[in-house]
Amino acid sequence: MTTVLKAEGLRKTYKLGSFTSRVTINALDDINLDIVSDDPVIVSLVGESGSGKTTLAKTILRLVEPTAGKAWVHDQVVTGSGGMGRLDFMRMVQPIFQNPFDAFSRYRTVDTYLHETAARIAGLNGAKGRDAVDEALSSVGLDYADVVGKYPNQFSGGELQRASIARALIPHPQLIVADEPVSMIDASRRMIVINLFKALKEQYRTSFLYITHDLATAYYISDYIAVMSKGRIVEFGAARDVLSTPRHDYTKLLLSSIPTLTHKWDRTPALASTGA
Amino acid sequence: MIQLKNVVAEYTTKRGRMKAVDGVDLVIPDGVIVGIAGESGCGKSTLMKVLYGDLGFPLSLASGSVDYGFTNDKGQPVTDANVQREWFRHVSIIPQSSMSSLNPVIRIREQFVDFPATSKDKKATLAKVREFVQRIGLPPESIDAYPHQLSGGMRQRIMVALATFLEPEVILADEPTTALDVVVQKEILLLLLELQEKMRNTIIFVSHDMGVHYQLTHQMLIMYAGKAVEHGPTEEIFRAPLHPYTLLLTSALPTIGDDRARQGLPGSPPSLWDPPKGCRFAPRCPLATEKCRTEEPPLVEVRPGHSSACHHIDRIPQLQADLAKAPSLDDLDEARLLAQVQENLRREHEIDATADAAPPSEVDRPEIPSEVADTVAPAGGER
Ligand SMILES: Nc1ncnc2c1ncn2[C@@H]1O[C@H](COP(=O)(O)OP(=O)(O)OP(=O)(O)O)[C@@H](O)[C@H]1O
Ligand code: SF4
Ligand SMILES: [Mg+2]
Repeated sequence: MTTVLKAEGLRKTYKLGSFTSRVTINALDDINLDIVSDDPVIVSLVGESGSGKTTLAKTILRLVEPTAGKAWVHDQVVTGSGGMGRLDFMRMVQPIFQNPFDAFSRYRTVDTYLHETAARIAGLNGAKGRDAVDEALSSVGLDYADVVGKYPNQFSGGELQRASIARALIPHPQLIVADEPVSMIDASRRMIVINLFKALKEQYRTSFLYITHDLATAYYISDYIAVMSKGRIVEFGAARDVLSTPRHDYTKLLLSSIPTLTHKWDRTPALASTGA
Repeated sequence: MIQLKNVVAEYTTKRGRMKAVDGVDLVIPDGVIVGIAGESGCGKSTLMKVLYGDLGFPLSLASGSVDYGFTNDKGQPVTDANVQREWFRHVSIIPQSSMSSLNPVIRIREQFVDFPATSKDKKATLAKVREFVQRIGLPPESIDAYPHQLSGGMRQRIMVALATFLEPEVILADEPTTALDVVVQKEILLLLLELQEKMRNTIIFVSHDMGVHYQLTHQMLIMYAGKAVEHGPTEEIFRAPLHPYTLLLTSALPTIGDDRARQGLPGSPPSLWDPPKGCRFAPRCPLATEKCRTEEPPLVEVRPGHSSACHHIDRIPQLQADLAKAPSLDDLDEARLLAQVQENLRREHEIDATADAAPPSEVDRPEIPSEVADTVAPAGGER
C-alpha cells in the first residue's frame, strides 16, 4: 500500500501586528491526515474562506514552510528537512491554480512553457519533449497546432485552464494539487473540467487534492473529503459518507447552508420582532 | 408593475457599438422577487444598470423604455428618463461588493443620513436607523463603526439595511452574496426574504447560483447573449422549463445525494459582436434544427405568465427525460467516462472555433521586451 498523502502535526502560525500587540493566527492548527491506497484517489479539502485550505495546499506544494510537523506525498517526506530535491519534488507534485493566467507569463507563448516543463522537470527534450507535450495537450482536448505560437491572452479562459492542466500532467506527477480550479469557470461548464479530473485520475493514475468551497462538486468527484474549519480538519472520511451522514456540527452547518434545488430552506425568523 | 419595452443597451468601445442587451420586453408585477440568470456576459449586470438608470458613457439606452409603474413627488410617472431622482427612496441597490460602495472614511451612520431623503431630521433618522439595524440582527453601535471595522457579512447586512431602510418600491441586487461564504449567505438571503415579505418591495436579483434563485425568487428571467429567452414562475422554471438553455443551465451542476453523471454545457456563448442569425443558442443546443439556424424564435407566452423563445418547445420534455436517465457516475466505466470527456472537449472546441474569429481578449498581443523575455516565471506557476 502507498501513503498517498499524509500529514502529522502540521502547524503554520503567522504573527501579525506590532511588537506590543502581537496577534498569532493559527492558519494550520495540528493537521493530521493519513490516506493510504494502491489506486489513485481524489481528496477534496472543503471549508469556508480563511479556514486554512490554501495554506495547507501551499504547504504540500512547498510554497509555505510549516511552523511544525511533517507532510508526505507518495511515501516521501515533502516538508522541512529531509525533504527531496526541488526537481524530484516537481516531478511528483504539480499545482493547478484558480486563475490560469497566473500559471503563464503573458509575455511568453504557452507552448514555450509546456516545452520547458517537459525539458526541465520531466527531462524530455527534442522529439520526446514534443511527444510529451502532444500527449498532455490531447488528453485535455487541445491540439498542438492550435496552441503553438499563441500567447495566454489569445486563449479563452477555459482553454487556458486546460493548457495549465496539460502543463501539470507533463511530468506524470503522483499528485496534482488544484486550488479552486473551477471557481472562475461558469457553472454551466464547470463539469467539463471536473469530469476531466476524474478521467485523468484513471488515465494518468494521478491523485488529486481538490480544494474547493463547493460541497456538491466535492461530493461528485472525490473518494475522500476533509472538512476544515479554523485551521483544523474537523471531519474526514469517504466523501459520500461524510456528506450524506455528517457527524460534526460544522459539516452539518455547511450542508444545511447550501442553497439546493431540492428543498427550500427552513425559515426561522431573522428579524427581531420589536416594533414590526 | 415595472414595464420594459424593447430595451436595447449598447456599449461604445474602440471596436464600435455592441448591444449587450438586445430587445428585452418584460413585465414585472409589484411585490415579487425576480431572479435573473444566465452565463457570464449575457447582459445581466447591463440590464440591472438600465433598471437603476445608471447610464452614461460607455453605456447607453439605444432604444426602448422602462416604466416603473409609480409616480414621483410631482405626480409624474417614473421612467428611465427620471429614475435617478428616485434613488434610495423608491429605487435602491444592493451591490456585490460592500467595500467598494461604502465610503471607507465615513462612519456607517453618516452614510444613512447622507440620503437626500432623510437629511432633514438627522437625530430622529439616526434613532430609527439604530432600531432598524438592531431588528436585522446587528448591534445598534455597529453604525458608529467605519466600514473596515466590520466583517464582510456585517457589511453586507449594512448594505441590506441601507437598501431597505426607506422601504423603496424597487430593490436591485446584483450578486449581493457572491463574495460571502455559504453560512453567512444564507443568513443574509433569509433576512432579505423576510424584509421583502414585510415591505412587499419588488426585488430584482442577479445570481449565477441556481440554488440561490430557487431559494429566493418567485419568478425568473433567463438571459442568453443579450436576449431574454425564458420568463416564468420559479417553480416551473426548475420543474418544467420551456427552453433547452434553462434546462441545461439548471441541471449543469451535481447535487449532493444524486450520483448521476453530469455533462455540463460545452462551448461558450456567441460573441455579441457577431451573434448567429437565427437562435443565438443554436450552436450549443442539442435540439437545434435548420429552422433554428435561420429564423430567430420570438419570445411568446406559452403558459399563463410563462414565456419562452424556442422553436421546439414540444421536444423539451423528452430532453428532460433523457437527462434524468443519465447513468450513475459509479456505473460509468473508465472507457466510457474517457469517451464522454473527450466528446465534450471536442464539442467545446468546435463551438468555440465558430463562435468568434477575433481573439477573446481585447488586449492586443504584447510586445516582448527583451529583458522580460528571459525572466522565467517558475514553471510550477509559483506566485
Ligand atoms: N464597460 C463596458 N464596456 C464595454 N463592454 C462592456 C462593458 N461592461 C460590460 N461589457 C460587455 O457587455 C456584455 C454584457 O456584460 P454584463 O456585465 O452585462 O454581463 P453579466 O451577465 O452581468 O456577466 P457576469 O455574469 O460575468 O457578471 C459582455 O460582453 C461584456 O463584455
Ligand atoms: S430555437 Fe432551436 S436552437 Fe434555439 S433553443 Fe429552441 S431548439 Fe434550441
Ligand atoms: Mg454581472
